[in-house]
Amino acid sequence: MNKNVIVIGGGPAGLEASAQLQNMGYNVILVERTHELGGHLAKWDRLFPDGVPAKSVLDSLLANIGGVKYFLGTEVQSVNLLEKSYNVILSNGITILANAVLIASGFDLFPAEKKEEYGYGIYDHVITNADLESFFASRKDKQAVPDPRIPLQPQKIGFVHCVGSRDEKIGNRHCSKVCCATAVKQACEIKEEFPQADVYCFYMDLRMFGRNYEDLYLKAQKDYGIRFIRGRVSEVAEDIDKKLVVKAEDTLSGKPVKVTLDLLVLMAGMKNSGAGQQVGSMISLETAEDGFFSCRDSVYSLQKSNKNGIFFAGACTGPKTLPDTLHEARAAALTVHNYMKNFE
Amino acid sequence: MIYEGKRKIWSDYQKEIPDDHYFYVRSCIRQSFFPASERTFLDIVKNKLQKDFFETEHHTTCGGIAYHSDAIPQETVMTIIARQFALMHKYGYENYVCSCITSFGLYTETLETWREFPELEAKIKQILWDTCKLEFSKPAYLAHASDIIYKYRNLIAARAKYKLIDKTTGRPLRVVEHIGCHYSKMFPSKGVGGAEYPYVLTGMIEAWGGEVIDYPERRHCCGFGFRQYLVRSNRGYSLSNTHKKFESMEPYKPDMIITNCPGCPYFLDRWQYVISEMEGKTYGENGHGIPVFTYEEVAGLVMGYDPWDLGLQTHQVGVEPLLDKIGIPYDPETKYKGPGNKDLGQPERPSCLK
Amino acid sequence: MADFGYSLTPSSRIDLNKADRETFGKLVKLEPDVLKCMACGSCTASCTAGVYTRTSIRSAILYLQNGREKEALEFIKGCMLCGKCTIVCPRAINTRQLVLSICKIYNLK
Repeated sequence: MNKNVIVIGGGPAGLEASAQLQNMGYNVILVERTHELGGHLAKWDRLFPDGVPAKSVLDSLLANIGGVKYFLGTEVQSVNLLEKSYNVILSNGITILANAVLIASGFDLFPAEKKEEYGYGIYDHVITNADLESFFASRKDKQAVPDPRIPLQPQKIGFVHCVGSRDEKIGNRHCSKVCCATAVKQACEIKEEFPQADVYCFYMDLRMFGRNYEDLYLKAQKDYGIRFIRGRVSEVAEDIDKKLVVKAEDTLSGKPVKVTLDLLVLMAGMKNSGAGQQVGSMISLETAEDGFFSCRDSVYSLQKSNKNGIFFAGACTGPKTLPDTLHEARAAALTVHNYMKNFE
Repeated sequence: MIYEGKRKIWSDYQKEIPDDHYFYVRSCIRQSFFPASERTFLDIVKNKLQKDFFETEHHTTCGGIAYHSDAIPQETVMTIIARQFALMHKYGYENYVCSCITSFGLYTETLETWREFPELEAKIKQILWDTCKLEFSKPAYLAHASDIIYKYRNLIAARAKYKLIDKTTGRPLRVVEHIGCHYSKMFPSKGVGGAEYPYVLTGMIEAWGGEVIDYPERRHCCGFGFRQYLVRSNRGYSLSNTHKKFESMEPYKPDMIITNCPGCPYFLDRWQYVISEMEGKTYGENGHGIPVFTYEEVAGLVMGYDPWDLGLQTHQVGVEPLLDKIGIPYDPETKYKGPGNKDLGQPERPSCLK
Repeated sequence: MADFGYSLTPSSRIDLNKADRETFGKLVKLEPDVLKCMACGSCTASCTAGVYTRTSIRSAILYLQNGREKEALEFIKGCMLCGKCTIVCPRAINTRQLVLSICKIYNLK
């Protein structure tokens, strides 16, 4: 019996699913497009809601993949359905025959420069959530070059929620789920970093749905004095001192509001990974209107695709938190296991 | 400001502008606001650059002001537009260029509406035939006249007599560019450079030696807004918007303003007088205002046209300090002399604005 | 100055650059819970005075944060200190006490 399972994507979903499948006795071949494992997690500093270091989670994931064969810097070149198994050709020239393929291709961050009116890549002091995590992560590294976009002593800092999310104009109607909690977490962290700064969060709804998330929000208000302004930032401009003039409406008072900031952080949302979609197109995987892969149904069979032998884990089927992703990875391993029984 | 980032956006919003053979239509209000601008445009493109631009006395207003003021319904304005297009077709042209931003916005909106609602297009086609006995036709290409000057900006620079540079210091002039709202805010892809960081006027200024300043309210409307201005009780909003823009650009000490809309230069120019009379405040150097120009006037200046032939004496804000700065000669004696040395009379002096 | 029959229209925009953070800071010191408000509006909805006057604790807090002290005080002027808002506040803010503290810090008799 062929016990090969191919896992596409070496982020948290792919790593955890690989570890579980390996543990169940399958030959796992993990394919990662970039040159390191860990996906976005490898670039993150701390995780909401409690500020657990991202590295400690990544280390746990990596500690469990012993025995998993993985290829870095490798892309999937073609996937062909033979009678019941898939013939997968990789860019490193290796061909693998597998009965099951698990797509764990994750998400791409929304390219914030597409929201032209926020001036990412144009104004000197506009960064994204990912840039801020890199900044936090780099502080421990004495050799790291400081991000010139982040002033040494910012007095006023703003966070814009829903950048590339809940925005039909930009083509993403969906909520990216993790940005609210990330913004509140980062707002607290930056206030710790720069205690003298006034910190503003511009939000439309605060979706603090998970366990302890509401406590994080309360802490941000009460202990960190973060000012939450209900209204979407409509336009950002740069003034003569290179400061950012932000326009929004304070929808709670129904009046336009203006504030001048030293640093603006855009909470870039999630979209389906472009590389993942390329693989999906090789096997004609369906995507929904939001661009993420369609599951077999929306409640009971989330790990199954519409094709036998192709499975999903993680954010390739919609925005997910890290715990959600890890749950899905384990569920996917079990779903693959049940499917593989057909071949015994 | 990261210039490279802007270049990237600009490269996303480049439209192919045909090089030659245009049917040109004038603006109804520009002919009275800036009487020499359209004449200068035609002189530059036809006589200096030897391009084929055709105009006919049979074309009319586009109906935009009446439409935006709710005086005529959409079908009426669409029929007027269909008639203009039909004239273009009749004279054998397929590239349509208009002098006015309101018209450009309205033509774009109309073409898009016809594309989305073919039944409406069919209706207008019928009305056009019933009323004018003209054959319905749509332009292959629609341009605003500022797109044309943008397209020819380097040809103009090559023939330039003056640069937008302070001749005593060698410093590039600091230029505020102001784009008419209906140039690209409704359809960003139809404007050179898009709507957030339009390039059409910036490209001209860069080609002619000046430096564009990016002030916080750069994208803000001049405040004309048709009904805002046309109804006196609303006129305060119109003024307040211009005031907001001037307050925002003031710290950058602009040398001049360039615009591509009929209303904007008029209001940015005249409101400086009103603000000075109301508030005692002026925004230029030494009690002067900031001179405001159409793009044709700026093109004319760099090409060495006589300032009074460009109609600059009809501006509220005096242009002489800027002409001195660039080193453009002018004769103060002939400022208010019309063709044949006819005395046009001197305007009354404002009490505050120099 | 000339009369044109119209004039500059005052802006309704909240300018947070000009908001008085210092006095609000004093209030926060006295009433740290003021920061906990999540603008649910329970206080306004159940306010005895609110249906007859512009009384709204939620709005008062918001306007103080926006640097609109004068308008903020209008929102508590009608308060009869009945304490209903304190019962309904989901964030357990002692709103009745807060009203008194706002009066103290912002000198409202």
